[in-house]
Amino acid sequence: MGITRREFLVVSGAFGIGLALSKLGVDMGPVAVYAAELKIDKMKAAKQTITICPYCAVGCGIICSTDTTSKKIINTEGDPDHPINEGALCAKGAALFQTTANNPNRLQKVLYRAPGSDTWQEKSWDWALDEIAKKIKATRDAYFIEKNSKGQVVNRLEAIAHVGSAALDNEELWALQAMLRALGLVYIEHQARI
Amino acid sequence: MTNHWIDIKNSDCVLVMGSNAAANHPISMKWVQKAKDNGGILISVDPRFTQTSARADIYAPLRSGTDIAFLGGMIKYIIDNNKYFPEYVLNYTNASVILGDKYDFSDGLFSGYNPNAKSYDKSTWAYKKDDKGLLARDESLQDPMCVLQMLKKHYSRYTPEKVSEITGTPVADLLKVYEAYSATGAKDKAGTILYAMGWTQHTVGVQNIRAMSIIQTLLGNMGIAGGGVNALRGESNVQGSTDQALLFHILPGYLGAPTASLATLEAFNKARTPKTVEAQSANWPQNIPKYSVSLLKSFWGDKATKENDFGYAWLPKLDDGQNCSWLNLFDQMYAGTIKGFFAWGQNPACSGANANKVRQALAKLDWLVNVNIFDNETGSFWKGPGMDPKSIKTEVFMLPCAASVEKEGSITNSGRWAQWRYKAVDPPGQAKPDGDIAVLLMNKVRDMYKSGGKSPEPVLNLKWDYVDAKGHFDPHRVAKEINGFFQADVKAGEKQYKKGDPVPGFALLQADGSTSCGNWIYCQSYNADGNNMARRKKDDPTGLGLFPQWAWCWPVNRRVIYNRASVDLEGQPWNPKRAILKWADGKWVGDVPDGPWPPMSDKKNGRLPFIMKPDGQAAIFGPGLNDGPFPEHYEPLECPVPKNAISAQFINPTIKIFGGEMDKHLTCDPRFPFVATTYRVTEHWQTGIMTRWQPWLIEAEPQMFVELSEELANLRGIKNGEKIKVSSVRGEVRAVAIVTTRFRPFKLGELTVHQIGMPWCFGWIVPKDGGESANLLTPNVGDPNTMIPESKAFMVNVTKA
Repeated sequence: MGITRREFLVVSGAFGIGLALSKLGVDMGPVAVYAAELKIDKMKAAKQTITICPYCAVGCGIICSTDTTSKKIINTEGDPDHPINEGALCAKGAALFQTTANNPNRLQKVLYRAPGSDTWQEKSWDWALDEIAKKIKATRDAYFIEKNSKGQVVNRLEAIAHVGSAALDNEELWALQAMLRALGLVYIEHQARI
Repeated sequence: MTNHWIDIKNSDCVLVMGSNAAANHPISMKWVQKAKDNGGILISVDPRFTQTSARADIYAPLRSGTDIAFLGGMIKYIIDNNKYFPEYVLNYTNASVILGDKYDFSDGLFSGYNPNAKSYDKSTWAYKKDDKGLLARDESLQDPMCVLQMLKKHYSRYTPEKVSEITGTPVADLLKVYEAYSATGAKDKAGTILYAMGWTQHTVGVQNIRAMSIIQTLLGNMGIAGGGVNALRGESNVQGSTDQALLFHILPGYLGAPTASLATLEAFNKARTPKTVEAQSANWPQNIPKYSVSLLKSFWGDKATKENDFGYAWLPKLDDGQNCSWLNLFDQMYAGTIKGFFAWGQNPACSGANANKVRQALAKLDWLVNVNIFDNETGSFWKGPGMDPKSIKTEVFMLPCAASVEKEGSITNSGRWAQWRYKAVDPPGQAKPDGDIAVLLMNKVRDMYKSGGKSPEPVLNLKWDYVDAKGHFDPHRVAKEINGFFQADVKAGEKQYKKGDPVPGFALLQADGSTSCGNWIYCQSYNADGNNMARRKKDDPTGLGLFPQWAWCWPVNRRVIYNRASVDLEGQPWNPKRAILKWADGKWVGDVPDGPWPPMSDKKNGRLPFIMKPDGQAAIFGPGLNDGPFPEHYEPLECPVPKNAISAQFINPTIKIFGGEMDKHLTCDPRFPFVATTYRVTEHWQTGIMTRWQPWLIEAEPQMFVELSEELANLRGIKNGEKIKVSSVRGEVRAVAIVTTRFRPFKLGELTVHQIGMPWCFGWIVPKDGGESANLLTPNVGDPNTMIPESKAFMVNVTKA
């Protein structure tokens, strides 16, 4: 094909395989146009942010590239500067892209299921949080235990329980446990227990 | 982990047991490979020949649930062959301590057992003390009642032949592992253990880990580079969520949750703060009052004052002995006493052992709030298989939340590194960050309580100002609160701190209300130097992979804990070639020392390395656990053998066995003759509720499977790729059969026992006909210390579908 190995690596690294193949004399016509339009130029202009993989607890570094026009994540890849993974990722981390809005399965609406119903209804945040807050208060007011059978002050609520989550950030977790304990919950558990 | 991921490269011998690191923590193998490149070896001990086994220099099979037998045999080997590190054992462990006269062990039971209560009175396990209250010792390690001799006596029964009869491991394989691993007792050798749920998910889970801790302390592997006891935790922030105490029994920073008989803060601090008279013990837990008071100041802010006991009464109290852990939680839910439930970023319908009981329990709730990024078997439980929506009254709210890249904050990996990560994009549609959801919800609840209601004080007095100017949850505000502030002008040594200054580190936390701190072990994470968790400097001065300026780890950025055990009494490293720490010119060089005090040879100011133990030494004999001071082999609740080969005590005598209609279990029964275990695959994660919705991943691992041996397949007439049914007394799951040599039958004396394994990452919601959760089969029985369910050893039947 008249191209050295070094040239091939340089070419494919710079432009992506579609264009590299075209340089090698393979007619990639429409593919080349598609690739060039969609990803390559957008990657060059993308905003990069650092994240840590949300799966196991190795804590690999990942770089997200966000297209500044569409505000969508267009690429995720291993962070070569991260001392633990040095750019490598397992299958799950490598697929992080599919946890984002790019996956149409993402929950995007507040849903409510009424007693006895077999379907979801769409609701607003305001309505849902109002209802939940009312239920928290009603349950807490009805079942709060000030003193136990020995007459000791316990100020606890056993009628509401909570599980979750090892997937939340430290700051969210600290605030959540403060909130739950202020409400008097003792049935507070999560993945660490199982 | 006592150590951290990169440190694995410093090991001469990596034992992976109770873990399949290559599949489930794949990037860790990068560091295992570096250890091998440097001449180290990898040992894999697993019921199945796994991906990790395929990379191992030595593989040994063992029947699920027999790890204590295996490790007990190693302890015996280490002692019989003098493989332990004598100076380390003598100085840094309680090997020389003499036990009280009443201590005994006989035929599977320790002294003090109450068969009616199914619990131990631990007072007979107490150490002998002299008239000054100091621990009685024999530094020659010969006294028959000293810990080392009692250890030797306890494991004298664990001969290779007896171990083999229990585990099914050929004697030659046992000896290969024992010989290779015990070689790390040498001064210049380091052995590390990587373990995970294969050890914790048993009714003897804690004792599994204890057995390895004993081995590591005997061999001098604690506190050194390439050593340690290293839990490979399973979620990106399960370390953080444990640290922040989303568990019933602790408060942030591992302070124990308050109990009803501790009516005041003073009583709490007194009961929970150990004392010691051992001269060179740091007894770091003596500082607990500083941490508890500072925590209360973070909970209640200015509302917490000396006059109101810093708001101690507003914290909920458990009844003495009350256990609200997961298995009890779902038992109470099934009994109908729990009315409302948050399943917040978790999928118990698939992750809970005995999942049918969990699913039935959900149907008894009045209301359920489910926060997640994808639809899941928990939030949608009411339309699951076998459910009749018309008869289910539960109101369900499914709240869409942000994915990891749609918010900012820190998460803590297994190596205790808290790493800050950033927001790339807004959450899509109506989805909100979990922090925002919590803020909005609690704001509404507090508003409602302003007009009255039961016991409004704790709700209204909660410090709840963690929002930015726009009212959004502000992770920086919370991170700073977790780090802590001075609440008054405080002079510490030469330095004057002003009210509102961040606390530089936990050494400056106060017990008088002049500091607040949301979590003492995270104090220093976000201080006057800035957000230390966001650091990205790649300096590695020791060359051992500590990376002290990459992110921040607790405690106080100490990368290897117990590192004072890596040096001799003069502060010189046991192995100068891999020195984590060294005392030179009157100071420590290397990692942050695990206590700044001079070496032990300074009799006045030197301190022992195990600073979180009141007596400063590693506990070979451990008198505080519920099921005994030495690990002892007991059979799993459901097992294939009619009796325990090593003692008359069949199962762990202290486990709680639920007796309800949904709590079925059956042992050594011909209807369920095969041992089952559960595990994972690289492409899926936990219940699969994130990964099963992703086409790339579901393409790689599309459906539920069961791995079984060729011998078992022949027995049942099952061919590779056929559809089969696997069932336990609790439920049934359909799967594809993978017939493989990765499982081999176990020879247990005269008995041949088959074992199978399956992943637990599938569930009915997606993909269609992909299979159900393996947890429909697992038993809801747990370890007596942690109540972690025994998901790794139970009995099943396998038949053609």
